[in-house]
Amino acid sequence: MKNIKFLILGALFGFILYKTEVISWFRIQEMFLFESFHMYGVIISAIVTAAIIVFIIKKMNIKAINGNKVALTPKSFTKGNIIGGMLFGMGWTLTGACPGPLYALIGSGYWVVILALLSAILGTFVYGLLKEKLPH
Amino acid sequence: MNIVEYISQPWSWYVGGPLIGLTVGLLLIVGNKQMGVSSSFRHICAAIIPRKIKFFNYDWESQSWNLWFVLGIVLGGMIGSTLFLSTSPIEITEGTKEHLRELGVTNFTGYIPSQIFSFENLLTPKGFMFQIIGGFCVGFGTRYAGGCTSGHTIMGLSNFQLPSLIASISFFIGGLLMTYIVLPLFF
Repeated sequence: MKNIKFLILGALFGFILYKTEVISWFRIQEMFLFESFHMYGVIISAIVTAAIIVFIIKKMNIKAINGNKVALTPKSFTKGNIIGGMLFGMGWTLTGACPGPLYALIGSGYWVVILALLSAILGTFVYGLLKEKLPH
Repeated sequence: MNIVEYISQPWSWYVGGPLIGLTVGLLLIVGNKQMGVSSSFRHICAAIIPRKIKFFNYDWESQSWNLWFVLGIVLGGMIGSTLFLSTSPIEITEGTKEHLRELGVTNFTGYIPSQIFSFENLLTPKGFMFQIIGGFCVGFGTRYAGGCTSGHTIMGLSNFQLPSLIASISFFIGGLLMTYIVLPLFF
């Protein structure tokens, strides 16, 4: 069961998202209305913590548990980073959730969020259909 | 106060944020994987859709860790909302409430506004906009952008990736456009 560790890490992530109220639609509205520091604080401190860990991994050449070099692949720029990014931002305001919180909301009993999740999967499917025709 | 009560209180940003960063690190070291949630939508499509479409014709099973991870997120939400349910309501600022009243939201309990998000509202203009168009933009936009808040904003930025910075700024601009320009046009 090599995948159990991913289930456990996912559960940890979902639990943190739930307890920190990151999955709250209201918190996301508050962020875009510049009414509260909460979401900015979460995002910035998450980046800083992760950046320190990534730095240590690189600097000290820390290996993953499986003995391999930790895979840190660079991301390449496409116009999609901007166009797709803005589209996602619009959806983020509407659903009040990015992909992680969609899953966490369903888990915490907000069954209706299944609608938004199915629609997100459909959105990815339509992107796959149109990919060759879109500017990248 | 026992430990369960202690954990059950809503967490401050300075508790949750660093823990999210730590999870990114654990995933790198324990699983040797870069965090990213939106890829799961692609894997789900690849798993259920016939192999004719190029974008979905790949060995998704080799990426199945990602599906286990998102299943875990569902489980995490479940554990949080049952064993560690918080009794205190989410404190939203008065300014936010005022703005949301204009959108017809007057009930501020729970994590999502029941006046917009419901199966009955699926075909009302507002319900369709927030649930269906919103979800569609999340799925289409994240894949087009090559990642979401976890993959770009947290994982990508912590690894100093310029495309992730461009994407994250775009996420934010899109969110502001929706909040201040698009939504006021409709509702």
